[in-house]
Amino acid sequence: MQIRVNGNLEEAAPALSIKEYLTEKGLRPESVVVELNGQVVKREEWGKILLKENDELEVLRFVGGG
Amino acid sequence: MEDKLLIGGQELESRLFIGTGKFSSHEIIPKVIAASGSQVITMAIRRVNFFNEQDNVLNYIDKKCILLPNTSGARNAEEAVRIARIAREAGCGNWVKIEVITDNKYLLPDNYETIRATEILVKEGFVVLPYMSPDLMAAKRLEEVGAAAVMPLGAPIGTNRGLMTRELIRILIAESKLPVIVDAGIGRPSQAAEAMEMGAAAVLVNTAIATAQDPVQTARAFCLAVRAGRMAFLSGPGAVQEYAVASSPLTGFLHKQGGE
Amino acid sequence: MSFADKLLKYQDFPFASYLAGVTGADIERTLAKEYLVERDFLNLLSEQAVPYLEIMAQKAHQLTVQNFGRVILLYTPLYLANYCVNQCAYCGFNVTNKITRKKLTLEEVEKEALAIAQTGLRHILILTGESRFQTPLSYIETCVRVLKKYFDSISIEIYPLTEEEYGQLTAAGVDGLTLYQEVYDPVTYDAIHLAGPKKDYRFRLDAPERACRARMRAVNIGALLGLQDWRKEAFFTGLHAAYLQDKYLDTEISVSLPRLRPHVGNFAPCFVVSDRDLVQILLALRLFLPRAGITISTRERAEFRDNLLPLGVTKMSAGSCTAVGGHLEEATEGQFVIADERSVREIHAMLVSRGYQPLYKDWHQL
Repeated sequence: MQIRVNGNLEEAAPALSIKEYLTEKGLRPESVVVELNGQVVKREEWGKILLKENDELEVLRFVGGG
Repeated sequence: MEDKLLIGGQELESRLFIGTGKFSSHEIIPKVIAASGSQVITMAIRRVNFFNEQDNVLNYIDKKCILLPNTSGARNAEEAVRIARIAREAGCGNWVKIEVITDNKYLLPDNYETIRATEILVKEGFVVLPYMSPDLMAAKRLEEVGAAAVMPLGAPIGTNRGLMTRELIRILIAESKLPVIVDAGIGRPSQAAEAMEMGAAAVLVNTAIATAQDPVQTARAFCLAVRAGRMAFLSGPGAVQEYAVASSPLTGFLHKQGGE
Repeated sequence: MSFADKLLKYQDFPFASYLAGVTGADIERTLAKEYLVERDFLNLLSEQAVPYLEIMAQKAHQLTVQNFGRVILLYTPLYLANYCVNQCAYCGFNVTNKITRKKLTLEEVEKEALAIAQTGLRHILILTGESRFQTPLSYIETCVRVLKKYFDSISIEIYPLTEEEYGQLTAAGVDGLTLYQEVYDPVTYDAIHLAGPKKDYRFRLDAPERACRARMRAVNIGALLGLQDWRKEAFFTGLHAAYLQDKYLDTEISVSLPRLRPHVGNFAPCFVVSDRDLVQILLALRLFLPRAGITISTRERAEFRDNLLPLGVTKMSAGSCTAVGGHLEEATEGQFVIADERSVREIHAMLVSRGYQPLYKDWHQL
């Protein structure tokens, strides 16, 4: 299925959970924040929420800033 | 002497806030924070770069510090609000520095969007510290909508030019009931001291420390400068005779009429 | 929130001991500051500031020229009526005083206006006593509409109104309010206002603020010097002006320094305010409030007024008469004796000779 991640279109396996998606990308869960279709998703929910066609995912992290 | 800074329900001993941007590496940040004595640290939120995963800067910040995520990247109030909510959800606490910049040439903040974002976020229970251009009317509006402080720029971000806006900042300090935290443009410890002597509640320093040859030593210098400036402010100015008495007296007539 | 809350904070302030403890060093520190706070203002009103009067004058002069230029706004009072229901011990219009009571007809208002306008004046201050029966708001409003034909700026010095009533008058064309608290000390206030609605201290105290909220463009306040300890009264006047200025940034706040003058009745001032005292008040005020207007009326004699000019004055009355119908043939007794009887032309000449520009018209309400 097609989803948009950080603004880019990507192919992803159907019914992938957010947690699985992040693991696939090699990201450690503690280091990121996830927003799905404009709503922040709590870390506890990542395992339960499955991605669908045309979902918009934002994967964010904290960086140095002033 | 008890001289704590009261913001957002917190009592702070340090009046130096520092930023975590522009450092050559995150590793030096804990030492910088320790040397600065800062209790409020800012950071930003960005999209993850999947090809080059980097550390979460939060790992380098002492757990005792108050996190002040900024909304840098936001070009309008809605984007700033979104970033603030993300930061809170991520466990950053409920403090947020609103930074709405639509000007990429000078990085000057958009006061209007900042006021709008502040109004929304205050209602959602955030402790809002808005970064703004030192305009008295904007500051009054921010006060009205519930900001916890105002953060006027001393000079454009990264310029290290000191208090170019000092007269406007002085007016804010005199007229605003909110703590005035000078943010942006402070390039040297003496400039931080100057801001504190004028009566600023605190200063935020990022570029000057992060890009110094020796950031840790520089952080220490800023720590001392902020304390010195604050002490000077609290003890009041000395008498400096600036006036000269002109040749033609204006009150001579009182003596002529026999001191009636 | 009202200025009364501010006054309450000073209720137990040890004025006498504070003023006695002010040192020359304190004065010097105050004078070295660019922006003065309340304590500084009080320091400048102390006896210990007297040796520094010349230095204060130089600084006050410089500040006034910087903020206002070498310009003096001219205006004159026009008494519409002297009916009054109040019994104020110090006033010639006291209801118990046997004077001729008069109220101008619209025709007479027009004649007065014409006479005054011919002198070139464009700013006028209209006055009445306090009588909602004889000079109700409707009467004043009607007079304002007549006067608008002749004058660009109309200020009122009448009985205190509600915010709504001030709004009514600003809509009719009034752009300025003058209202003196007379005395800020509530005990003295109660004692000298023997009877009548003016006894309501709080209603009067809050009136300037109500005018600000009703979008009055300019508000002028003051205390009648001589009724109480002038140092405290001048201090509270300055605080009142600062309060209004800080809260209503878009209203032009100014201060008058009326000194008690001989009038019909038996009241003699208990607290003497010498010329030097008045100068000190003027200078301290100017240094504390660099952007406030300061008015000196014709209660003061000509020579003295002229000497006060460079010390911080921004407005002067000219060609004044405190009687009703003063510019017509049949006038009444005046509210107080005028000490400077110079005509507008004479004041104009004096100002020019001293390097000031007499200003007749400052703005024009569209």
